Amino acid sequence: MSEYILEMEQITKEFTGVKALSNVNFKVEKGEIHCLIGENGAGKSTLMKVLSGVYPYGTYQGDIVFDGIVQKFNKISDSVDAGIAIIYQELALFPDLTVYENLFVGNEMQRGGVVDWNQTIVESKKMLEKVNLKVNPETLIKDLGVGKQQLIEIAKALSKDVKLLILDEPTAALNEDDSENLLQLLLELKNEGITSIMISHKLKEVISIADKATVLRDGETICTLDASKGEIKEINIIKNMVGREINDIYPKRNKKTFGDKVLELSNWSAYDSQLGRQVGKNINIHVRQGEIVGIAGLMGAGRTELALSVFGNPKSYKLQGELIVDGKRKKFRHTSDAIKAGIAYVTEDRKGDGLFLSQDIKQNISAGNLKGISSSGVINENEEIKIAEQYKNNLTIKAPSLAQLVGNLSGGNQQKVSLGKWLFVSPKLLILDEPTRGIDVGAKFEIYTIMNELISEGMSIIMISSELGEILGMSDRVYVMAEGEIKGELSSEKANPEKIMQLATQ
Amino acid sequence: MNFFNELTRLIKDNIRDYGMFIALFIIMLTFTIMTDGLFMSSRNISNLLDSAGYIAVLAVGVMIVIIIRHIDLSIGFLAGFLGAIVAILLMDVGVSVYLVIPIILVIGTIIGLSTGFLVAQIGIPSFVATLAGWLIFRGALLKVTEDSGTIIVQNETFNAIGNGYIPAIMQVNGLHLLTLIIGALSSILYIYSSISNRRKKIKYNFEVVSREIFILQLVFVSAIIAYITWILAGYNGLSWTGIIILLVVIIYHFLTTKTVIGRHIYAVGSNPEAAHLSGINVKKITYLVFGSMGMLSALSGILFTSRLQSATTTAGTLFELDAIAAAYVGGVSSAGGVGKVTGAIIGAVVMASLTNGMNLLGVGISYQYMIRGGVLALAVIFDVTTRKRGK
Repeated sequence: MSEYILEMEQITKEFTGVKALSNVNFKVEKGEIHCLIGENGAGKSTLMKVLSGVYPYGTYQGDIVFDGIVQKFNKISDSVDAGIAIIYQELALFPDLTVYENLFVGNEMQRGGVVDWNQTIVESKKMLEKVNLKVNPETLIKDLGVGKQQLIEIAKALSKDVKLLILDEPTAALNEDDSENLLQLLLELKNEGITSIMISHKLKEVISIADKATVLRDGETICTLDASKGEIKEINIIKNMVGREINDIYPKRNKKTFGDKVLELSNWSAYDSQLGRQVGKNINIHVRQGEIVGIAGLMGAGRTELALSVFGNPKSYKLQGELIVDGKRKKFRHTSDAIKAGIAYVTEDRKGDGLFLSQDIKQNISAGNLKGISSSGVINENEEIKIAEQYKNNLTIKAPSLAQLVGNLSGGNQQKVSLGKWLFVSPKLLILDEPTRGIDVGAKFEIYTIMNELISEGMSIIMISSELGEILGMSDRVYVMAEGEIKGELSSEKANPEKIMQLATQ
Repeated sequence: MNFFNELTRLIKDNIRDYGMFIALFIIMLTFTIMTDGLFMSSRNISNLLDSAGYIAVLAVGVMIVIIIRHIDLSIGFLAGFLGAIVAILLMDVGVSVYLVIPIILVIGTIIGLSTGFLVAQIGIPSFVATLAGWLIFRGALLKVTEDSGTIIVQNETFNAIGNGYIPAIMQVNGLHLLTLIIGALSSILYIYSSISNRRKKIKYNFEVVSREIFILQLVFVSAIIAYITWILAGYNGLSWTGIIILLVVIIYHFLTTKTVIGRHIYAVGSNPEAAHLSGINVKKITYLVFGSMGMLSALSGILFTSRLQSATTTAGTLFELDAIAAAYVGGVSSAGGVGKVTGAIIGAVVMASLTNGMNLLGVGISYQYMIRGGVLALAVIFDVTTRKRGK
């Protein structure tokens, strides 16, 4: 048995009466890739924050033994000095600065306060080589894709003599290629003796890369699975994550009858004049009443842009072609026109442009349809509470009260609030953009069930998703997009992962 | 025991809302003790409210501007400039006062809308756009008063706005009858609306505070209204400035808390992108907020000119910063989406009380500025720390 680089023993962390972690044990051996898995709210991030000193020594109970020494981190820099580097899901880069400036920010190569930029660039090139990234260090960060940005974060971490690298959902925002690159890099780093902890929701990655996997549930350690014993299997992980076996993560719909076309686009094109780029090219699609249409594709394929161009065009693209809603040609000047026509769009970026985080649940739910609860411009607040309560119950939003600020809810519950807001508009066509991104398996199942209920009530749904399983499990018909074009249309019977990936990477 | 538990819980939960009232109470109490009761005298309170008027209306407007994540620096000199225009129209052109007031309010609104145009349509940062306005209106004020210097306004009706009182009808034991009637009516209205609100809540099966707490609330608020009424009725009664502030507060409080437009304002402030995707016209809201700011600046100019009974070449200097300070003392957040009209008014009264109280005590102007600065910093510290705890 090899030695442990990290032993976290009996860690307990409380937040004003709520136990976020209770007696968690977490041990990582030197030189392994250890995945940390669990539903949202299971305590993974809290555990990593305890480890990195975000929650200082004394605010939790238990011991952290790192590199053979009991550590008492009082601040983040203590853990960095000890050789722990964390790369968060939300990258901490400066978009308007260059690659080399970002690599050395806070650690500038200076003499008497004057920076030696030439030397910085030379060193940056070496650092980029380490992570197999071929970019000019003078490029601005904002001109790079998310995948490359992630590598730059890793390069930055590696420059600091790191012994333990922690990645919080590193591939959540990456497409399959970039994810593959990243995982490959982790394996290479492992060969160089660097230990990694990876938090991930993507079980396939875990299976392909992990030596060990520890499952957390409700703030407790459930088990640690060992790949060498063949324990890391999808069904095994899911069972431990949710505490029940999920035989069917995509609920079945019984009757499948489709009505008239509710939406039709013909020769639809969109041009983003700000970016100077064609984001939609000659698109011909339709959606029938009672149908779930999946739009698959890799990130950057133009799926969100397509949705926005239909939903009142908030980004002011230059549009061409015909938009037909319920058989009538339409031209939306504002998102409110699209809403009036019965279209709703649930954004992929619920914190960025979906929710009002500083407002409470009821104000978020009513925001899209204040007319529905007001007369001559005056809001009936009691009616508002009643309706919000109804959606809170129907969508099983878990919160102590409707007055809870949405910013304090978990990802899954935020997504339900976002969904509730648009259901209250009672649309005919619901566009869901990555409806289950970053939410746990249980909440995913609930969202799928809600989608099926909506369909049975006669609604139509367009589902944009990067998860092939979801596309295949839920859609009646699939369009595959790449480079702003529809590359193919597949019926649910004919669709399979290989075909979709083939079209998406054309 | 239950009663006290609920009471402490309520106070704890709403400490942010009550904090400002408690601060005001402490400030007033301190000054009253230090001035042997002079501060709380009828005459002084009446004076204090009148002198707070022109900043209070600006504070309400600018608070809403800050809620939608903008700022308006031009409001001080816009008020000064429009105040001078009022004087010119009244004295040189000879327009009737009943016509001048609406004209000025409309001009103010139009100027506000043009600021809105720069911000919403052209996309100029509001700080820069209104800094330009600050320079322009300062120049305009100097231009229109260039030849005449200070313009004395000799119009009793107009000067009554800033100095006059509502008619008494008759005096009862030396108290101002109409003020008493208004006070009594406000109390009754408050009690009635609270009771009907509570009934509705019960009908919908919503959680309400216990009967004892509810009665305590009613008694407490009614007592405050009664006390203020009694103080004001002991001097000349409610002033016209007081009536105007009351109207502004009532209208804006209603607009921001009860209407769709109000909700849209908070939504735009909380997350403009999400607001746009929710079908809210962000540009329209921006226009509306700056338009209202322009109108309130005009109102502030009217109040100030009337208060001084003249238009001066430096009118409006630093009004904008006093108003912004009052809004922040009143709990507005520059991150957007947070702030209350009642807060802005209380903030303005807090700042006016400090000036008034320190004047009574004969504190030097240099210390006055420092103390007001300290109070502003303290208010924001309180706000930030209670917000963190709320998470």
